[in-house]
Amino acid sequence: MSNEIEQIKDPGLPAHVHRSTDTDPKAAARAERQVAILFGLSAIGTLLLIYSYIFVKDDVFIFIPVMGETNAHQLGLGMGMAIALFCIGAGLIHWAKTLMPDEEVIAHRHEFRSEDDDRSEFIKTVKAGASAAGLGRRPLIKRTLGAALGLSALTPLLLLRDLGPLPKDDLSKTSWKAGTRLVTDPGDRPLRPEDLEVGAVAQTLPEIAPGEHRSLADIGKDAVLLIRLRPEEFNLDAERLSWTHEGIIAFSKICSHMGCAVALYEQQTKHLLCPCHQSTFDVTRAAKVIFGPAARPLPQLAITVDAEGYLVAQAPFTEPVGPSFWERSS
Amino acid sequence: MTARERIAGNVAGYVDDRTGAAKWMKKNLTKVFPDHWSFLLGEICLYSFIILLLSGTFLTFWFDPSMREVVYEGAYEPLKGLEMSAAYASTLDISFEVRGGLLMRQIHHWAALIFMVGIVVHLLRVYFTGAFRKPREFNWIIGVGLLTLGIVEGFLGYSLPDDLLSGTGIRIAEAIIQALPLVGSYLAFFAFGGAFPGEAFIPRIYTVHVLLLPGIFLALITVHLMLVWYQKHTQFPGPGRTEKNVVGYPLMPVYMAKAGGFFFIVFGVTAFLGAVASINPIWLYGPYTPGQISAGSQPDWYMGWLDGLVRMAPPLETHAFGHTISWNILIPGLILPGIMFTGLALYPFIESWATGDKREHHLLDRPRNTPNRTAIGVMALTFTMVSLINGGNDIIATTFHLTINQMMWFARISIIVLPPIAFIITKRLCLSLQRADRDLVLHGRETGRLVRMPNGEFVEVHEPISPEKAWLLTSHEQLAPLELPEHDASGVRRPAALKNKLRNRISRAAAVAVPKATETERRELEGHH
Repeated sequence: MSNEIEQIKDPGLPAHVHRSTDTDPKAAARAERQVAILFGLSAIGTLLLIYSYIFVKDDVFIFIPVMGETNAHQLGLGMGMAIALFCIGAGLIHWAKTLMPDEEVIAHRHEFRSEDDDRSEFIKTVKAGASAAGLGRRPLIKRTLGAALGLSALTPLLLLRDLGPLPKDDLSKTSWKAGTRLVTDPGDRPLRPEDLEVGAVAQTLPEIAPGEHRSLADIGKDAVLLIRLRPEEFNLDAERLSWTHEGIIAFSKICSHMGCAVALYEQQTKHLLCPCHQSTFDVTRAAKVIFGPAARPLPQLAITVDAEGYLVAQAPFTEPVGPSFWERSS
Repeated sequence: MTARERIAGNVAGYVDDRTGAAKWMKKNLTKVFPDHWSFLLGEICLYSFIILLLSGTFLTFWFDPSMREVVYEGAYEPLKGLEMSAAYASTLDISFEVRGGLLMRQIHHWAALIFMVGIVVHLLRVYFTGAFRKPREFNWIIGVGLLTLGIVEGFLGYSLPDDLLSGTGIRIAEAIIQALPLVGSYLAFFAFGGAFPGEAFIPRIYTVHVLLLPGIFLALITVHLMLVWYQKHTQFPGPGRTEKNVVGYPLMPVYMAKAGGFFFIVFGVTAFLGAVASINPIWLYGPYTPGQISAGSQPDWYMGWLDGLVRMAPPLETHAFGHTISWNILIPGLILPGIMFTGLALYPFIESWATGDKREHHLLDRPRNTPNRTAIGVMALTFTMVSLINGGNDIIATTFHLTINQMMWFARISIIVLPPIAFIITKRLCLSLQRADRDLVLHGRETGRLVRMPNGEFVEVHEPISPEKAWLLTSHEQLAPLELPEHDASGVRRPAALKNKLRNRISRAAAVAVPKATETERRELEGHH
């Protein structure tokens, strides 16, 4: 670009235009009244809040268009507060915009970089300070200090160790054993095959002795979904077919992706869908993943009936339930 | 002198006698702040943070952060007699038995959403106008830190009531921890005090939510504001505005009144939302138990993009040597967000490295004048928006009668295809806008008045634009591309050649522009007319 080209010039700050409130005392008085009215409205808002707090019972419902049936106590408190606060704000801003000076002011900026002298003095001071400490000349101190600091970082790690127990094989185990009855959740009723019609789904847990308590951690691993199909609808190998009973198949309800409860069953397609990330499992093919981010089928629980005709587990789960973890081997 | 002025003077004197602050105060009370609506976005964040502190403190007086199992005997009939955690029961009590409790809960939740929206929109404003450039890189990094912590803080708050929805969110967070190679199971067991959900995490995240993170927020926000104060605010270009000045209004009284008033307005709007717009009605979800879930489980919006990434991940897991690596969790849950946030934090340094611009900047850019930066921003935004949309894919599918599979495939393809398209379109648009600016300066604005010429031709009358407008449209500088040596004097490729070649290419791409109009050109054209 040659020097002869002339750029467009900065015309400078435009001349100030006065507001009507600057020139017309009547307009100024009007603005003052408007600000006062806004502050007055705010006071009315607070009075509404006080009234609602004391006099409106919290079981009074009123009909408001769009919102429908609305709790009057709640609405009165909230609207009172909203009006009180909003009007203070609106008043302050209206005051600033109409009555406070609106002439733009110019302030100057300075580059942050210091003068060269100051900078070199600063750098010299830092260098002198560093060399006065003599860390570079005394490697023994440097190394032992480094080692000591590094080692001391272990203290918090060590002290945090007792936050929880070691996982051991906890992630791989559930409460299901051979012969454990499947009971309904909620209700704790043992189930017989005839309790489930074809197409029905039941949410179950392992039976516990009366008076025993299930922890949420147990439920998080033990929850099992029972689904009854017609036996000919299955598309399973012989082993997996032997894990079903009269068309009833049992899967861990804990998603093999991230551990949500796989609770949506589509009767038409016989698909199980996890509502968290939409992993979809085909019930007829041993919960094979047919869509979504899950990488493994839901573990299948082998079931049968005991001597009294109640549904029981044939054996524990053959693989860990729930999301993957490093120590998981398959 | 009125009595009031005398009192004001006495107060100032009293303070100065004890602190010697007169010199500092004199300068800073009249400190000039430039005016623009987009400079209020950061203020919204600050004010909603204060609202969060106030409403949050109110909630702590009644909230019982404990997973002790209790039988609910409170006012809400449908849940009476049910076993639940004390945390959930006390949240029900706040909602139904403490007067104003539900209002405060809803204000707290709305303020959190506004806080996060404010941070994101503020970040976009700072990004697209180039306000992050030297000397403001520190503040950019602090801002990215606040965004990250805000997401964590919001998620923890969402988890505290221990309802079915929030427990499901925690379950997913636990699965991400558990998926970490080598240490995952250990970290998960330490964090939860045993197998999920255990009985420790509500009290633990409570301490983090009400003490640790707010403390860090307070410290970071203080530094953020002190830097804004000390470095003075950036300003938009315009007549009279230069790199060497700040044009605006003095702090006292105009800015004090406006900023103070704006705090009350933000608080009033939040209270209005809390009063009329129900949010997170936890009594409808029921207490958390790992065996149950509700359809349409949704996180708050600032977590939605993360959930959307997880939803669209392909089902990849590696099983080898008796170990499992879940790529379907690690990539969308940790690796991609890690890359996104690192890239965001480092952007000012990347841009200055690529363009070689190491100077101070106090005048903001108009986004069209930096097409590359604007296009990169829109590209990143497109990526995030596709993820966010996929985070609500089940809701969208049911609303618009699509299948979940269609939604998922739409997202999986769009997340790869749309961002580059967005980049190209944005860059083209910026250049077109530059061309339009140039035309406006050289040919004036279209008046819409048609004139019939003696020869029968119709022409539209153009009117020259004001000198102020012409300056605004031409005051930006257009950087020349870097020409770094790729060979040394004897023609040998230098060791740094590859790096220089890359920088040259990036800076050439960044320097693509429509030459801005000059006075010389304008005069020449006038001569023709």
